[in-house]
Amino acid sequence: MPDAPLLSVEDLTIAFGAGPSRFVAVDGVDLSLARGRTLGLVGESGCGKSVTSLAMMRLVPQPPGHYLGGRILFDGRDLLSLPEAEMRRLRGGRIGMIFQEPMTSLNPVYTLGDQLREMVQAHSNLSARAARERAVALLDMVRLPSPEKRVDDYPHQLSGGQRQRVMIAMALANDPDLLIADEPTTALDVTIQAQILELLQDLQARAGAAILLITHDLGVVAETCDDVAVMYAGAVVERAPTATLFEDPQHPYTIGLMAAVPRLDQPARRLATIPGSVPPPWAKRQGCRFASRCPLAEARCRAEAPALRPIGPAHSVACWRAPIEERAA
Amino acid sequence: MNAPLLRVRGLTKRFPIRRGLMRREVAAVQAVPDVSFDLRAGQTLAIVGESGCGKSTAGRLLLRLLEPTAGGVTLDGVDLFSLDAASLRRARRDMQIIFQDPYGSLNPRMSVREVVAEPLLLHGLASARDVDARVDAVLKMSGLSSFHAARYPHEFSGGQRQRVGIARALATRPKLIVCDEPVSALDVSVQAQILNLLRDLQKETGVAYVFISHDLAVVRHIADRVAVMYLGRIVEHAASARLFADPRHPYTRSLIAAAPRPTPKGKVPPVPMKGETASAIAPPPGCAFHPRCPHAQERCRVERPELREMNGDLVACHFAASLPPAPEDAGGSDSAAFRERLATIEAARAAR
Repeated sequence: MPDAPLLSVEDLTIAFGAGPSRFVAVDGVDLSLARGRTLGLVGESGCGKSVTSLAMMRLVPQPPGHYLGGRILFDGRDLLSLPEAEMRRLRGGRIGMIFQEPMTSLNPVYTLGDQLREMVQAHSNLSARAARERAVALLDMVRLPSPEKRVDDYPHQLSGGQRQRVMIAMALANDPDLLIADEPTTALDVTIQAQILELLQDLQARAGAAILLITHDLGVVAETCDDVAVMYAGAVVERAPTATLFEDPQHPYTIGLMAAVPRLDQPARRLATIPGSVPPPWAKRQGCRFASRCPLAEARCRAEAPALRPIGPAHSVACWRAPIEERAA
Repeated sequence: MNAPLLRVRGLTKRFPIRRGLMRREVAAVQAVPDVSFDLRAGQTLAIVGESGCGKSTAGRLLLRLLEPTAGGVTLDGVDLFSLDAASLRRARRDMQIIFQDPYGSLNPRMSVREVVAEPLLLHGLASARDVDARVDAVLKMSGLSSFHAARYPHEFSGGQRQRVGIARALATRPKLIVCDEPVSALDVSVQAQILNLLRDLQKETGVAYVFISHDLAVVRHIADRVAVMYLGRIVEHAASARLFADPRHPYTRSLIAAAPRPTPKGKVPPVPMKGETASAIAPPPGCAFHPRCPHAQERCRVERPELREMNGDLVACHFAASLPPAPEDAGGSDSAAFRERLATIEAARAAR
């Protein structure tokens, strides 16, 4: 390896609840992200991707959440054992976060300028005047029109796309090394989504930040991510560089997910489906978590959980049957 | 040719904005300034557009869930807007709606059996004696079983709730169902199940759908015809296959180009489109799309283009005939490894 990754998650395990109702929501997740790269975390609802992203900021509420094990190494330091005061300096400082709901993540009773200034001054000694100038510069950077006027607007005066730009400006206020974006474009129209994704890529190219992008949309992954981790029911089931994943998908769940996406670039056809639904996290689990929905499952899959194992360059999969074609013949 | 099932002419809805003590009208939102189209029995017309384009308002007007400011809708020869309250209620058995949010649109205090039985009993389509059998039959069509009938909405996943909503809509054997973003809240794998179900049910029952969606890829898979809306007006209306192969209106092209493709090599060169949709309170003069259009000229700023026929389809653009051809879509081909493995999985599933 040329140099250590900026973010390295090892065997992260998070549970919710206590006693007999306790369940594991994130089960032994390993991830690695280098500076200047974008890692996509894909999966359907309930797969644990949002809990994983909250854990990067140590924002999983405790209780009911518990970090049962593993490490989150950010620039060599384990975030799970940092004192709270230091963690608070990192949040919004070296680690920025964009949430899915721009409508609810901005405070409706403060102007954009107030909220950006608070963000900047929490992490620096800038004067009020300098912080305001910084706020205007940030709004300009995310291409909000006439930023010196809009800085005094309230969130309700903005459209959804503009609010998401402000969220990005806040996340970037202190030049973070790591940006965590949880479904940053899900609530937006496609033409606005395209603008926001392009903006994120531009800013990354300029500042060299690493981005952890949480999404359910394989199209967004294909267009923005260098690497992908596919999550299913709390665990990473396949991990690969983006081009490899689309060229050479190995896990039956990854293949099923790709086949279920209606395609704009292909004529209408009957969509492939994955029968059944994701098992709830409290369901008793034995063997592979996908076995109940997998037509290739055999006795071993139902008895023993497969670990993530290498199957190609930078490509790993958690499936006993991979590569599928070897024994299909 | 037989008459269309649904005929919509000059449908208009404006919402007045009132201010002050006298509630004086100070402005109006032209939610739907003028919409016309026909739909045949057993067909699907998709209405696509971005938020605020008026597509949901249009859907509600079609069913007279909103009273229009002007215009007319006839369903199977019946003029919906001239009906009195009692006849309208009777006509409602022929037209149903499926909503986006399978969480908010089902009464949490009613069991699935009650939810599905209600329209049957209201319209006198079943007696107390045979209603259970009718409910079981329609649940089965929607991919649920009588086991689900005694359960309550909170016990279901999003996809199952949407099946309940579909069963309820189907119960009266309607001629028309308006589907308002029916799969937007669902996960990809569940979305595929529901889209396939809607297609199967149409084949089985001959119901027509007006399918309202912001998602072009979903639309391509379900629609026979597509109407693209921008700021309350249809800007292009064409057969689905033609619209996606050769979009004519610059807005349609921008929408298609902006949608992300799930293949790393599928990126179409982005069409430059500036800014955001203008306000429906003060729509731009001339063509409503001209402030964002890369091809706009002086004429577009002053004269609104009518929806005109062009090779059998409709498009509202002064320069539709002279625009450069749409950029080639480079995507579309899946890798051989993916296709082979998918075939293996499908074969294994069929064998079980």
